[in-house]
Parts: sequence; C-alpha cells; structure tokens
Amino acid sequence: METNTIETNFKSEEYFINMGPQHPATHGVLRLLLTIDGEIIKKVEPDLGYIHRSIEKMCERDSYQQIVHLTDRMDYLSSNINNEAVCLAVENALELEVPDRVKVIRTIIGELTRISSHCLWWGVMGMDVGALTTYFYGFRDRELINDIFEETCGARLTMNYNVPGGLMFDIHPNFIKRVKDFIVHFKTKLPEYDRLLTGNVIFHKRTKGVGILTKEDAISFGASGPVGRASGYSCDVRKHHPYSALDKVTFNEALKTEGDTFARYQVRIQEMWESLSIIEQLIDNIPEGEYRVATNAVIKLPKGEYYQKVETARGELGVYIISKGTKNPYRLKFRSPGFSNLSLLNHIAVGGKIGDLVATMATLDLVIPDIDR
Amino acid sequence: MSYFSDIYKGIKTLLTGMSVTGKYFLTSRKGAITQQYPDNRDTLKMFDRFRGEVIMPHNEENQHRCTGCQKCEIACPNGTIEIIWDRGIDEQTGKKKKKIDKFVYHLSMCTMCGLCIDVCPTDAIEWGQNFENSVYDRTALTRVLNEPGSKLMPGVED
Repeated sequence: METNTIETNFKSEEYFINMGPQHPATHGVLRLLLTIDGEIIKKVEPDLGYIHRSIEKMCERDSYQQIVHLTDRMDYLSSNINNEAVCLAVENALELEVPDRVKVIRTIIGELTRISSHCLWWGVMGMDVGALTTYFYGFRDRELINDIFEETCGARLTMNYNVPGGLMFDIHPNFIKRVKDFIVHFKTKLPEYDRLLTGNVIFHKRTKGVGILTKEDAISFGASGPVGRASGYSCDVRKHHPYSALDKVTFNEALKTEGDTFARYQVRIQEMWESLSIIEQLIDNIPEGEYRVATNAVIKLPKGEYYQKVETARGELGVYIISKGTKNPYRLKFRSPGFSNLSLLNHIAVGGKIGDLVATMATLDLVIPDIDR
Repeated sequence: MSYFSDIYKGIKTLLTGMSVTGKYFLTSRKGAITQQYPDNRDTLKMFDRFRGEVIMPHNEENQHRCTGCQKCEIACPNGTIEIIWDRGIDEQTGKKKKKIDKFVYHLSMCTMCGLCIDVCPTDAIEWGQNFENSVYDRTALTRVLNEPGSKLMPGVED
C-alpha cells in the first residue's frame, strides 16, 4: 500500500540535483534545483536569496544622493547605467535640466560599460561551452575600458560617477584620447572574436537550436534586453524611449528571430558594434559647458510617483520611486532585467540536456546580485 | 557526403580559430596588458583619481583644513566617518569655536563612494593612492585621520 503511493508521486527514474550555489557556471550564488530524468531536464527551479542585501529597503533609509552608490552593487557589470537610471529619475522628478555635456558623457560612459559587460559575457560564454581562450581575450579588452573608467571615475567597477544633477567631476583630459584608442583597438579585436568562436562548428553544435524562446513567450515572461531581442521582440529602451543623448545618435537595434542560444549570442556581438558606433558619433563633439548643476544639499522630491527606465547591458532596468515629499523615498522599487530573464529559464531549459542548460544560462547573462538585490 | 563536408568544415573552422590563438602565441609579448603586480611595486603608479582610501593632508606645521562641520559624516551612507568634536577657544577672535578632536575613519566599512570628499566645503579630505590594506585584525583598519596635536589651518572657514 505504502509503496504504491510512493510510486505514484515519484517516478523512479527522476531525481533532484543541486546546481550551485557554488557552481562556476551559475556565475554567482544562484542555486538551481534540477529535476532530472537521466540527462534530460524535467524541471528547473531557481532558489534565490543567497546574496540578498535588501537594497530596496536601504534606499528608504538613504538620501537620494546615497541611493546612487547602492545601485552599483546590483548589476555590477553595468554600474554606470544603473547610476544613470536613479539620477535620471531624480532629475525628472525635480524637473531639472542637465547640460548637454553631461548627457553626452553619460551616454559615452554607458555604452563603454555595455561593451565591457559584453566583453566579460563573451569570455565566460566561451568558457561555459568549453573554450577557455575566449576568457582571456574578453578580459584583455575589458581591461582597457576599466583603465578608462579608473582614470576618469577613480574606480574600476563600482564607479558612483553620476550624481543627481550631473557628474561628480569632469572627464579626465586623457579620456577622449583613450576612448579613441580603444575604438581603434577594439575594431580589430571584434572580428577576431568572430573567427575564434562565432564561426566554430563545435560552438554551433552547442548553441544552435538550444533553449529556444518564442516571441510570444519572451513578451509574456517580460524578457528584455538581448534575450528578448534575439526572439524578435523589439524592446530596446534606447530606441523606444531615448534618454540622455541617445536621441541624437543613429544606431540599429540588433534583432534576431531565431530565439535560440546562438541568436542571443549574435545579438550581443551585434550590440558591441552598435555601441562602438554610438561612441564614435559622440566622442568628437562633446559639448563644452558645466558638468554639474547645483542641487540642494538635501534633495526632497515632490510628492508623487516617478518611473524611469534605462537599457542596461542585460535589459530594461526600471526605477520606481514613491515620494511623500521627504528627503528619503517612501518606497523604491527596481525592476531588474536579470530577474525577469531568470524566470524564463525553466521554460526554455526543460527537455534539454544539462550541458545545454549551461549554454542557455550563459546567454541569459545572469548577474545574481541584480536578481537578489 | 555531408559526413566528409562536416569533417572539412570542422577542420577549417578549427584552423581559423587556431590562427588567432597562434598569432598571439608567436607575438605574446606584444600588447600584453598583464601587470606583474608585486614585482612592479616600485614603478606602479595609480591614476590620480584612484579611490584607495580617504586621507587628510597636513602641512609642515601639522595643520589640517577640517573645521568639523560634519557634512561628510552626514553624507556617508553607512557611518564610515565618525567625527568626535569639541568646542575650543579661537586664538584670533577669542570666541568659542567648533574643532575636531578625532576624525575617525573606518576603512573596513568604506564603500569608496566618494560622497564625503564631494561635499567637503574646505577640501580637508581627499583620496589616497594606497590600496594595500590587508591586515590580520580588522580593528587596524579603523584610523584617526587627524594627526595628534594637529590644528586647523588659519583662515579656513566653511
């Protein structure tokens, strides 16, 4: 009798396995509860909370200037874009017009951040599918961007360069030259990326037709960024709701319709070219002017609700502020791209192999502190 | 037939990839960005704006520029800066004036956000270039930034 109930509840071939929290392919402390039948994945259940720091609650305690530095610690690979999101939200609420110089510099630094994030992603993507060399090449090119950031912002990863009202300090005199050098350098390296990995037959076998996400599913799961765009869902915030100086530049939204792992890979490679082109359009004509507008020492937002979204390297980051007119937000919610992108992992990984799950996760480009916050 | 074309394609893309790695194998020194860190300590120079730690510069007469206005303490997001202050008699005017007793800086908590240096009205604190802060005991990272017996530089007002 008892054995019968066990048999109806559990199929004898299925078993659980933990992937993470210290698994190198999860790129952080993400724990996945896999239900597996042999090598076939039946169910993927993400278990979150290993790096939860209650950033949203801390934001309720902090002033609007202090919130900015906390966003560095969410998606640390696109920290400058996160900073920009909060600053734009506060500036919009205050109806503060920042100078053109600030807008242009913010856009350049944002696109550099995107390239640096995608460089790291490309490196670890190759490593996840078994090509260790890409890791070194990706990090080599990222290092040059980090040097640019270190010279101008003072830090390599958590810059906190944006403040409500502009930038903390002006760009370094070497900034323009270094960025131009980087563009020349990186234009020779991107074709190398293609030769090394994109055209490789083994890589094709690992990625083509793996983890297919349809356009309908992408929309209903709230996928954004390269994940959504690889399924043909045009969701680039830079294109549809341009912020900072993005309305002055022309660029193409990288779109693919296949929706598989290889399409997501191609979208990101394409995005690096587009980011280079955006930087090229702006770097020669950074307008002269102030780099900062003076704000009150204590910023108080008018009573109301404010929403600002930006396109980080992973997708749409939304900042939703409810203000009661005091110096702290009453509630601050981040709509992080990683969380929505993780939610569709179960949908696209079921039926595949464990090795495919690693390749799929690599192209979702998850940053765990962004998911947990 | 596709069996042979697959083998051909496989070898071709393999060689294409290896031409990239082979090029770097032969010219490994060219364009290397790796820094031989502990060995290059003598020549290593960080960027001017590098955020290593917060320091308070003193001049030759052991004078600093901190008036004890506590703006940095308020701006700090997590209580890294703690100012213990007192009221002293100003030598020139003879009036009571706020002065710092101890400027306590907990480096172990500092997130290097730079808000304290950004708000300082008298430029009393600035970024130091030192980043080698490994210690066995974290209490060694709590520092008093003003030197013993130091005074406010004359003429500095907030």
